[in-house]
Amino acid sequence: MVVRVHVNGDWREAEIWPGTSLLSMLRDDLGLYGSKNACEQGECGSCSVWLDGDLVCACLVLAAQAHGREVRTVESLSPGASIHAVQEAFDEAGAVQCGFCTPGFIVAVADLLAKDPSPTEVTIREALSGNLCRCTGYEKILDAVKLAASRLQQSAP
Amino acid sequence: MSVHIKTRGGVGESIRRIDGQPKVLGQFEYASDLHRDNMLWGETLRSPHPHAWIRSIDVSAAQSSPGVRAVITGADVPGRKTFGLDVQDQPVLAFEKVRYMGEAVAVVAAEQREQAREALKRIAVAYEELPALSDPERALEADAPKLHGHGNNIIRTLKILHGDPDAKADVWVEGYYETGMQDQAPLGPEAGLAIPAEDGGVDLYVATQWLHVDQEQIAPCLDLPLDKVRLHLSGVGGAFGAREDLSMHIHACLLALKTGRPVKIVYGRQESFHGHVHRHPFRIWMRHGATRDGRLVNIQARLLADGGAYTSTSGPVIGNATTFAAGPYEVPNARLEGTAVYTNNLPCGAMRGFGAVQACVAFEGQMDKLATRLGMDPIELRLKNAMKTGSVMPTGQPIHGSAPVAELLSRAAAMPMPASEPPLDRDPMRLPGGAGNVGHGEAIKSGTGIALGYKNLGYSEGFDDSSEARVRLLREHSAPVAHVKTAGVEVGQGLNTIITQIARTELGVERVVLDPADTAIGSAGSSSASRQTMMTGGAVQLACQAVREQLDQLGGLANLDHPLEATRVYHHRVTRKLDENGQGDPHVTFAFAAARAVVEVDTDLGLVRVVQLGVVQDVGKALNPESVIGQIEGGSAQGLGLALMEEIELKDSKVRNASFTDYLMPTILDMPTVVSGLVEEPEPGVPFGAKGVGELSTVVVPAAILAALRQATGRDLYRVPVKPDDLIGLRTSPGYRRPPP
Repeated sequence: MVVRVHVNGDWREAEIWPGTSLLSMLRDDLGLYGSKNACEQGECGSCSVWLDGDLVCACLVLAAQAHGREVRTVESLSPGASIHAVQEAFDEAGAVQCGFCTPGFIVAVADLLAKDPSPTEVTIREALSGNLCRCTGYEKILDAVKLAASRLQQSAP
Repeated sequence: MSVHIKTRGGVGESIRRIDGQPKVLGQFEYASDLHRDNMLWGETLRSPHPHAWIRSIDVSAAQSSPGVRAVITGADVPGRKTFGLDVQDQPVLAFEKVRYMGEAVAVVAAEQREQAREALKRIAVAYEELPALSDPERALEADAPKLHGHGNNIIRTLKILHGDPDAKADVWVEGYYETGMQDQAPLGPEAGLAIPAEDGGVDLYVATQWLHVDQEQIAPCLDLPLDKVRLHLSGVGGAFGAREDLSMHIHACLLALKTGRPVKIVYGRQESFHGHVHRHPFRIWMRHGATRDGRLVNIQARLLADGGAYTSTSGPVIGNATTFAAGPYEVPNARLEGTAVYTNNLPCGAMRGFGAVQACVAFEGQMDKLATRLGMDPIELRLKNAMKTGSVMPTGQPIHGSAPVAELLSRAAAMPMPASEPPLDRDPMRLPGGAGNVGHGEAIKSGTGIALGYKNLGYSEGFDDSSEARVRLLREHSAPVAHVKTAGVEVGQGLNTIITQIARTELGVERVVLDPADTAIGSAGSSSASRQTMMTGGAVQLACQAVREQLDQLGGLANLDHPLEATRVYHHRVTRKLDENGQGDPHVTFAFAAARAVVEVDTDLGLVRVVQLGVVQDVGKALNPESVIGQIEGGSAQGLGLALMEEIELKDSKVRNASFTDYLMPTILDMPTVVSGLVEEPEPGVPFGAKGVGELSTVVVPAAILAALRQATGRDLYRVPVKPDDLIGLRTSPGYRRPPP
């Protein structure tokens, strides 16, 4: 079947097997490898993307379900040579080790801060409880979220 | 003697990771992201049985399945049919017999991944099931089935006899302890891409921990000389020991060579649980004898490790656990016996802490028991017996390097306690059970526990370990640039950043470029055993110093008019094997750590909230302090996982929880604040005095949490992970039962 999805500002289409997940289509058919596949069950958040503005695990969405809809991936956050404040904060705070979980965390944090620009620590922990990191112990990820929140607030009009 | 000019971004600074930017942008290429035009997908058929004869394999239907380009079974392996790190006893593809659930039996390459998966269903394997040998104590019995046909099921047994092992003591305490099978669960799955080459060889791009040991195992199985099997490091999404052994490597190469096309294999998560080795489950019996005033007199220990179906690194793991079984304490007499056995459980091998973790759970449990028996403060008891520089291990090996054990313990004990919060008017998120909103603070008890531990740095017992580095200094666009090449593997720990810092400091040059890690240069050894800063860092330092000498002869950077190059190999000091009484000089050097855990337990529901972890670690010299703290925090999380939730559950050797839904790991809601402390006493004889830092927090945190839970509940908790049943008394300690003969 042919699926057509509006991805990061462009209409893209692929001929896929009907059981293909949105994650697999993004990675294997559209060449967008930023979203990662680590558990295939929606437990780790490594494949977090926005579907019509809602944060979802792309591994749990069939590509066919995304037909005609808008998808944004981690690649949408840094158009051209830019870098998003959340990405900069993760790098600066040392919130990255192996980095496999990082794109999913960055999408989830960008989503959180868009909805709640100054979250409490409890709110941050609850919002990120669907993202697993095996390297950092989360301490520096918390630092990065707080750093990004303060930077975004300073730069807000 | 060269004078070091302080260069920006050199050693001692918390510079950012050199791969940080591509990783946050989603542009860093991991092994599972590899792709080529014309690429085939490989998939693996795995045994559903833990123990069975293979009577026949019929691949004809699979071969004619849509899109299929190759099907390979054990009969098609052109060279050696088995591989292994230590002993080559693991079949590339099972023949005659399968010995664990999930063992690879056949591989398929097809145009599309789904076609390869469909073809697997069309391979007909006739198994004749055998009873599974699931219990490591049963494996020791004379009439137990012999899993590898020969003599017995013992992989390795060793005995350390120290002083007078029959020495009498005023007071004895005894204990029995168990640790569960932990999964490394790196988020990046096993993955790689094999590309057939025009010379009849193959290039394998892969996520691994040690390129050269992979190459040495792969080439004989392909019946190719080493130089025809070239390995290239791809992006590694964490490792923690899981990538020490081969997984998809030989399979992808076989399929690529047979089809003449690039072949990619990526494991799914369920498959990953079966596709790599795990942390050994241990059963440990200990008796500690002391004087009435709290001096250790004699330690008797028996350790039994379940090695699973194949050898892997069970030998060095039981060697480590046994040599460290007395803990970082001075004890004049000991009898320490360790055995690792084969069973039909998943093969076990390396995981962060490598035997030292399991031993620490037991010896620290014993120290608390002894303190209670003597009516002593547990910290005072530990301080009284703590090792220091010059102390002698039960193996007879003296601790030559820094050993600030007393300082670690004192600092951990003196860390500020978390602010106390009355449980009844708290946000339920801050109660045991947290987001589950299950309790309301009625039955909360608090506890605090301390643990000390130590571990070797680098490979032990006479292993001839080394790392090679090549440094080339030249002018590019009028600025001096250093190119550094090693085969050292960046798994996420920060090796490449440290290499860059070392080159800057040694050469006084800010621009450092790392060339890709591959087998075109000599081995760097493994990214394991907390060894790469010492070994590959040491090689880079030596090569830089050699280039620096050439530069000094030229008269300095201003006169750099042609490229300067040097290649150097770093060796650590020679170690020796243990003799028949377990005496010798087996370890290169050591690092120590202390942890303090503060916990709350809901004693009605058996739920735990770890409120705070404090870890003070002996690091020698922190070359990148924030990166060191990142290692301590991450290692603490894996220690908390082992203490409270992480266990591969086996029933009759069948895995019951091979997924992230059923195998629980700490989330950001489970992790408390980790307070890290660094003790910097430079280690003599190693580059910059820096000790490896990757493993020590994982060694001590499980024991500290277990101690805190014992204090909170008053229960004799003997096993990690501690489950709710243990905390409310539905499962109780078997007490001290006799070890197997």
